[in-house]
Amino acid sequence: MNVYLDNNATTLVDPHVFAAMEPYFVQKYGNPNSLHHFASETHPGIKQSMQKIYAGIHAKDEDSVIVTSCATESNNWVLKSIYFQYILTGEKNHIIISEVEHPSVISTAKWIESMGCKVTYLPINHEGLIESQSVRDAITDKTALVSVMWANNETGAIFPVEEIGAICKEHNVLFHTDAVQAIGKTPVDVQAFNVDYLTFSAHKFHGPKGVGALYIKKGKELTPLLHGGAQMAGYRSGTLNVPGIVGMGTAMEQAIDSLEFEMSKVREMRDAFEDELLKIPDTFVVTPREKRTPNTILISFRGIEGESMLWDLNREGIGASTGSACASEDLEANSVMEAIGAAEDLAHTAIRFSLSRYTTQEELNHTLAVVKRAVARLREISSSFAYAPDGHVCGLSEAH
Amino acid sequence: MGIDSLVGGTIWDEYSDKVTDLMNNPQNMGDIKQEEAEAMGTKLIVADFGAESCGDAVRLYWAVDPETDIIKESKFKSFGCGTAIASSDTMAELCKGKTVQEAVKITNIDVELAMRDTPDTPSVPPQKMHCSVMAYDVIKKAAAQYMNVDMESFEEEVIVCECARVSLSTLQEVIRLNDLTTVEQVADYTKAGAFCKSCIKPGGHEEKDIYLVDLLDAHEKEKMIAGSSLGTAAGSNAEFAKMTVVQKLKATEKVIDENIRQMLISDGGDMEILDIKENGENFDIYIRYLGACNGCSSADTGTLFAIENILKEKLDQNIRVLPI
Repeated sequence: MNVYLDNNATTLVDPHVFAAMEPYFVQKYGNPNSLHHFASETHPGIKQSMQKIYAGIHAKDEDSVIVTSCATESNNWVLKSIYFQYILTGEKNHIIISEVEHPSVISTAKWIESMGCKVTYLPINHEGLIESQSVRDAITDKTALVSVMWANNETGAIFPVEEIGAICKEHNVLFHTDAVQAIGKTPVDVQAFNVDYLTFSAHKFHGPKGVGALYIKKGKELTPLLHGGAQMAGYRSGTLNVPGIVGMGTAMEQAIDSLEFEMSKVREMRDAFEDELLKIPDTFVVTPREKRTPNTILISFRGIEGESMLWDLNREGIGASTGSACASEDLEANSVMEAIGAAEDLAHTAIRFSLSRYTTQEELNHTLAVVKRAVARLREISSSFAYAPDGHVCGLSEAH
Repeated sequence: MGIDSLVGGTIWDEYSDKVTDLMNNPQNMGDIKQEEAEAMGTKLIVADFGAESCGDAVRLYWAVDPETDIIKESKFKSFGCGTAIASSDTMAELCKGKTVQEAVKITNIDVELAMRDTPDTPSVPPQKMHCSVMAYDVIKKAAAQYMNVDMESFEEEVIVCECARVSLSTLQEVIRLNDLTTVEQVADYTKAGAFCKSCIKPGGHEEKDIYLVDLLDAHEKEKMIAGSSLGTAAGSNAEFAKMTVVQKLKATEKVIDENIRQMLISDGGDMEILDIKENGENFDIYIRYLGACNGCSSADTGTLFAIENILKEKLDQNIRVLPI
């Protein structure tokens, strides 16, 4: 039985989304910027889709939601434009991000840091959460931007975006949030909260890959990264990805329609699954479940290296993920486990299960049985629980 | 940059069938209890290496016959990924039936080779090579315990890249002689840094005492000190004694090219310069014979004297040539 429990990485495309996109490949393939009827027949679909996207995040018509190629592009755009507009000009010298942002934020921040921008990396607490007070403490009169994700990809922890937005407004600092893991899992409303920029990506909510967006509040315009034919009102040049836009619009509509289901039924299934997993001895889950997106579990199995757990799951058709990898060239791969202050020996033991509205009870039952078998087998192999004769001095800390 | 580098597959696809089978069904997984070792009339050795906090740890059990030093039984337990488990299993297998002294000679490269399906295809992807290094280290730890000596005593030289087992002296020499400037070049010449990449620079999977970037940096500095006189130094005017090591090497190389190499090649041989060291008032030039010269009876007599005399005449009377 194949079970996909890696929905924070990507999702299957909703069949309605796929159906909505299909006419825009072979029939309505015109370039929307042309003058002829091949172009104009694409316009209604694009417009309706954009309306669905605006509605999904409660953007006003005067705001801009710019379609990009992915969340990475959107995140790069915000940080690099802030650098060009505020740091390079000398007006400001500082930005604030969390230490558990997606690499597309962290790597971009490090790049502009190398060019002279000061960067504060906000820590997470033992629950895997950002404390809004830390944002307040870090802001200076030279701070240009705060960028804190809405929900964390590894733990599902929902960060206090409302409070952080209010603090930014109070200090007249721009606020960006990467909402990639939030759309369709928790209500996202750019009006209710003070959000200046918001990133999302279609493939995380059952839309196609290769299409994302950046919400830009009116009056908070950014310097374009892509210059060219002045599509998207000159904010982002490049021929419109018509099937992508239609797919993202439909996916957004579906995500909003399914939000209630996600927050009740998916949560219920996740919680029951988590309860069963936690009955296995020597396990623990990061972040209290009421403070998480409804689909995510980051669980540690003591004595079992994450990749070997994924191996055993994969053998039985189950796809999950781990924040750590033995193959990683980067020692900081386990940033979340380390940052919450988990015991050192647990740093490489975390496994992430992320459900979707397509996950079934039967799939979770199968997964639970496989997890139990894998835990038994791998703990039998593990040196963590191995026999040692009397007087043996455990030397499991000498290497590396 | 090829397609594989741009959109490479999963590392699991690069595991050999043997690695996959051993991960699924490790053959030597388990422990040896004190009573079991005693019942076999053997001494129990239990050695640990690695740490869970670093991502992999292994415990090796040996039952060693105290009369013959033969490892009668060898088992392991491991916290780690599939390649760590498969490497530990292979390592435990390779130890069986060997004496402790023989087992110490098993390297991570032997472990990796033993897991190959075909001789020419690596059993694990480069970034997983370090898993087999741990298997090698734990053998040394167990042997040190049995022989009651220090673990470091088994290392004859300082190893910078453990995956490819490249020593400090080899790296220094190759960097200097070929004037290497990038870690990619070092990997091309020696394979050092081509696997888990920990030895390239700080911040990798494992912490090191010496990194390739340090060695390249040292070479650059050496060249800078050699300075602007480098061009003329290699010429006949400059005094050999006042040259930097690099200049000395270049000057020596030049004399050999012009006066000696042809003679050796016509006999089916060749030579290379390994190092130049100041030894009191002498300059010791270490060379290695290649091809037919290697093992030739006159290599240590007539040929050697010829080489030394030409270098003395052309460069400095205090030169001594030492073949290795």
